[in-house]
Amino acid sequence: MPPREGIFGLLAEFNTPTELVEATEAAHAAGYRRMECYTPYPVEEAAEALHFHTTRVPLLCLLGGLMGVTTAFLIETWVNVWGYPLNIAGRPLWSWPAFIIPAYEWTILFAGLSAAFGMIGLNGLPQLYHPVFNAPNFRNGATTDKFFLCLEAHDPKFSLTETRAFLEQFPAVSVVEVDH
Amino acid sequence: MATKEPIIDPNLDPATGEYVVIAPGHNFKSVTQKISGIVLTSNTPLGWFFGLIVGAGVAMGVVVGITWLFIKGVGIWGVTIPGAWGFAIINFVWWIGIGHAGTLISAILLLFKQTWRNSINRFAEAMTIFAVVCAGTFPLIHVGRPWLAYWLFPYPNTMNVWPQFRSPLAWDVFAVSTYAIISIVFWYIGMIPDFGTLRDRAVSPLAKAFYGTLSLGWRGSTRHWIRYESASLLLAGLSTPLVLSVHTVISFDFAVASLAGWHTTIFPPYFVAGAVYSGFAMVLTLAIPIRKFYHMEDLVTLRHLDNMAKVMLATGGIVAYGYGMEVFMSWYSASHWEFFMMWNRMFGPMGWAYWILIATNIVIPLTSLWSRKLRVNVAWLFFISIVVNTGMWFERFVIVVTSLYRDYLPSSWGTYRATKWDYMIYVGTMGLFTLLFFLFIRFLPMIPMSEIKMMLPQTKVRKGHQNAEVVSQEAS
Repeated sequence: MPPREGIFGLLAEFNTPTELVEATEAAHAAGYRRMECYTPYPVEEAAEALHFHTTRVPLLCLLGGLMGVTTAFLIETWVNVWGYPLNIAGRPLWSWPAFIIPAYEWTILFAGLSAAFGMIGLNGLPQLYHPVFNAPNFRNGATTDKFFLCLEAHDPKFSLTETRAFLEQFPAVSVVEVDH
Repeated sequence: MATKEPIIDPNLDPATGEYVVIAPGHNFKSVTQKISGIVLTSNTPLGWFFGLIVGAGVAMGVVVGITWLFIKGVGIWGVTIPGAWGFAIINFVWWIGIGHAGTLISAILLLFKQTWRNSINRFAEAMTIFAVVCAGTFPLIHVGRPWLAYWLFPYPNTMNVWPQFRSPLAWDVFAVSTYAIISIVFWYIGMIPDFGTLRDRAVSPLAKAFYGTLSLGWRGSTRHWIRYESASLLLAGLSTPLVLSVHTVISFDFAVASLAGWHTTIFPPYFVAGAVYSGFAMVLTLAIPIRKFYHMEDLVTLRHLDNMAKVMLATGGIVAYGYGMEVFMSWYSASHWEFFMMWNRMFGPMGWAYWILIATNIVIPLTSLWSRKLRVNVAWLFFISIVVNTGMWFERFVIVVTSLYRDYLPSSWGTYRATKWDYMIYVGTMGLFTLLFFLFIRFLPMIPMSEIKMMLPQTKVRKGHQNAEVVSQEAS
């Protein structure tokens, strides 16, 4: 890992979601790309302003579900036909209608676990440390009642003075530097 | 209609005349402070300790009862031939049915965009999990040799023995274990943002470390939120067919057997409706004292109680239809056995149980819940919720016992009498449930803060600069 130098980015704090979304849209229009919004509840408009549209969580969920149904059906088939065949009143060994029920349950089980752990994995969690937590005002507001926009320093357009001037034209409560 | 005075009540929505979902005057900060304050306070109310001790004391019934059961075997219970299923299965079905309302509230009402559910979904989900814990105890201790209960699962073993997948009891294992796992995952995923809030508001280092670890480092990033919302919606979509399937599979335990009174196709829908009915009753039983004790009347409003009573009215109607159809089919089937079973259920030696069931599940609730006045009468609703839970227990008692103890061959008729160990373990699970619930309301956020915030008017993003000023004034 290369040594971290300088700052992580500039963090602007807003009082309302509307101000946050306007600032984010303007930042995107001005050419900033490496940026992130932090809000106490999901703000879909902020995601639109960031041009973040697609998530792969549904795909993972679908793959998990398909894996679940296949696994359960194959286990049931192997167990009841080859592994441990039992003659129950002459009924066929491969009683597929009866196998639907456990297969149905495992479809839901695998799909649900894939969606949940897929979301956690794609989000890069658990990640107990993150530079934004260093900002003095972040933890007091980001999960309570404040709305943050962070323009990150590794954006090619980032410059400490110009970016600060850019953020200060919005009605931000404060613009602070975030250390690594 | 000008003669009528307009009702000026801040708790009524002037547009619809309904009670508002959240009482006016809340903002992001006040919601956060109110809910996190319950968890992060260093001043635990004495009533909480009292409840915890009562719960723990009653839960000793499970500990003592199960210990004696493991020493002596299932012979200490009242189960015998022909009544080979007794309290264990009755309690199992009763508890798991109670759990279903939690999933219904968290999943189905989310898909239908019923945002009023946000106030009650967290503790309804907690109720689900604790009810599944109580329910799951019974099949495990009922198997006779519980230390071998893992044989129920398909796993490679040196005995070369595998489960039999044509049996409803094997289906049960898959349905209930999936239900337990998905409920816990859904519950935990729902709490992650709130754990982040608690971590940021906690003062003591221990609380910071505890909630910080549980929050997985949640920081409210927008990209995270979008994936999070997607996963929540998927889990809701998956839980909906799951909750319907679980009680369906449980009803197959009965319906697949060729016993008069069990062998009917109406069982799956009528079991599911009954489960939701009893579950909503249990949510009311829990919500009414909690909102009073923690002064949550502004977040769990009369609107919630009214809506839950309406759901009970609807599902109670389905249950009543189920009872009626069972009686009708026992006549219309022209089956001697079905007819006798129904006659015996109503007028046999255990007929009293049937009439308790009709009174508590149909007569008392379904005559009074039509009245809006009674639906928002908190004391009456609490009473109704207890009555319905009693009724739903008797429903399972009637189904299990009165079908079994007099089957086809009169020479093999017997009776069923529960022993003190049956009662001790049953009452003990109620203590266990109470104990777990008291721990939950003290240490976990019982109302989802991020979801409540989404219901406040300040959340709306207005397009265009001219409105920005107005919004910022409203929010502050």
